[in-house]
Amino acid sequence: MSATTATATTKMNALQAVNAAIAEAMANDPKVILLGEDVADREGGGVVGTTKGLSTRFGDDRVKSTPISEQAIIGAAIGAAIGGYRPIAEIMLMNFTTVAMDMIVNHAAKLRFMSGGQTAVPITIHMLTGAGASTGGQHADHLEAWFAHTAGLKVVAPSCATDYKGLMLSCIADPDPCIFIESMRTLFVPEEVPNDQGPIPLGKANVIQQGNDVTIVAYSGMVITARQAVQKLAEDGVSVELIDLRTVAPWDRACVLASVRKTGRAVLVHEAVRSFGVGAEIAATIHEELWGVLKAPVRRLGAPYSPVPFSKPLENAFLVQPDAVIAAVRSTLN
Amino acid sequence: MHQSHGANRIMPDAATQLDIYRRMVRIERNDDATRRIIKLGRLQMPYYSARGQEVIPSAVSVNLNPDDTICTIYRGIHDMVAKGVPLRPLWAEIAGRVTGTCKGKGGPMHITHPESGVMVTTGIVGSSMPIANGLAWAAKLDGSRRVSVAYFGDGASNIGAFHESLNLASLWKLPVIFVCQNNRFAEHTRYENCTAVDRISKRAASYDMPGETVDGNDPFEMYAAAREAIERARDGAGPTLIEAITFRFFGHVFGDDDKYMTKEEKAAAMARDPLPAFKARLLESGVATDQALAAMESDITAEVEDAIAFAMGSDFPSTDELRRDVYATEIAL
Repeated sequence: MSATTATATTKMNALQAVNAAIAEAMANDPKVILLGEDVADREGGGVVGTTKGLSTRFGDDRVKSTPISEQAIIGAAIGAAIGGYRPIAEIMLMNFTTVAMDMIVNHAAKLRFMSGGQTAVPITIHMLTGAGASTGGQHADHLEAWFAHTAGLKVVAPSCATDYKGLMLSCIADPDPCIFIESMRTLFVPEEVPNDQGPIPLGKANVIQQGNDVTIVAYSGMVITARQAVQKLAEDGVSVELIDLRTVAPWDRACVLASVRKTGRAVLVHEAVRSFGVGAEIAATIHEELWGVLKAPVRRLGAPYSPVPFSKPLENAFLVQPDAVIAAVRSTLN
Repeated sequence: MHQSHGANRIMPDAATQLDIYRRMVRIERNDDATRRIIKLGRLQMPYYSARGQEVIPSAVSVNLNPDDTICTIYRGIHDMVAKGVPLRPLWAEIAGRVTGTCKGKGGPMHITHPESGVMVTTGIVGSSMPIANGLAWAAKLDGSRRVSVAYFGDGASNIGAFHESLNLASLWKLPVIFVCQNNRFAEHTRYENCTAVDRISKRAASYDMPGETVDGNDPFEMYAAAREAIERARDGAGPTLIEAITFRFFGHVFGDDDKYMTKEEKAAAMARDPLPAFKARLLESGVATDQALAAMESDITAEVEDAIAFAMGSDFPSTDELRRDVYATEIAL
């Protein structure tokens, strides 16, 4: 390929990007298999169509709809992985991982270590979540901190269609179990994705915009919120460096620390409950590593210590809004 | 459920009977030695003895190939020994040494030895079954005739994973054999106080798979049931649930006082020790001589003692091991 050739792109949303990544991986590697509730075309190719067309293209042996049995789904994925396959398991919603936590936490995460490296569990577990769609308390939690706290799991949370494709490709190819989070507010945002978009490395953050005054670290749906804030701040002359973490575990310490070393200020934004969240880990690390260069205390933004509410005004108050990000940035500048 | 304990069932030939007995003795000697070493204070660990349950994995394993896989549980060292895990690395793992099967990082509840087909040992009740399904799925996708065996106890038949797993295995016609070692107690709770059916094998009917209850202390019954189930699985006819009735001689965890049963009940169960019973049968039928069995037993005792010496003489793992095998690539602490 010539470097001067313009890269061909296709306009797609995040779900279509995930579909494209899985299709590409399945076409390239016969060991890639897929299972989950409703994933086959007979059942509509997933409740939101993420896996549409895959069973027709790759056959019912490699793409299998399952009973509503999350333990059996993850268990089958783990066993098949130990048996040499690269399963992608769909858990419809992140809250439903709770009924498969034994398989994910006690088994997928630990088998490599407990076996002294003799077995491996290269599985990708992908799932939808996120508040804002009036689904109430059990269909919208961002539980990534639980998984990030479990040694052995990788936790990936993309924010845009291109990253969905590249990160999904990396998760499927990765030798370790990956939790792949599809956040509601990012799903239906279309963008031009390069047709040859390859894997985006796990554990590497993306500096969306360079800046000098303050660093904002966000991931998943909150990148969209942060972008809105950054735009307004720019109008007021505040220069923000915006980092999309992309991978929550292992997170890109080098990128975040380098940025905060430059700006001296950090605001961390996630949708999950603020207490004991991913932001707390990053804030603690920044304080430990950069105490002398910080110009202001690190600010953390997340949901209040509350279940996801149903009523619209409550749900809006639960989610971090752009104005809250702007206020937090300003507080670090004062 | 079918209960075809007829005279027309397949019988183990003389060599297979001896093979079963040899595996049983290895399990028993190994178990005796483990309890001795713990009592002496030379090893510290929770030990879930399977003394009394020797027949079940022995009669299953003579029908398995090295590339057939098993997933077992914390009370599972008998299952591993029967499947062929060598005693030296097994003992080194129990002792937490770097020469262990898992470099000392798994311990007695998490032994893995892929070479002999021991793929997962779980400390979580009920969790062998969902993973055994996946290994069976892989065997099926490979187009192979491999099977996987999930071992578990009677208590595990009351956890959701059992029901999810049997349903999926039957639906997908997976080559998996669910072997329930019913030793009549779920931890300290008597079978009938926690299980709504009188026989766990009845639960197979819910999942439209063959299920049967056998005397898990009878090598002939156990062999026939296992062989039929394994052949069915190899032939693509799907899973089977075998409930093997047995008894554990040393309670839930070694050192518990068994106060949840009467002395008489325990004595009666222990009087049905499968080892002397099978030995008498082998001698009576002329399959083996006293001398030959004595030689076999002393060889096995020596093998166990050698394994213990090997383990105790091995090094502990370096603390660097905390950084390895968390992910495929080494992590920073």
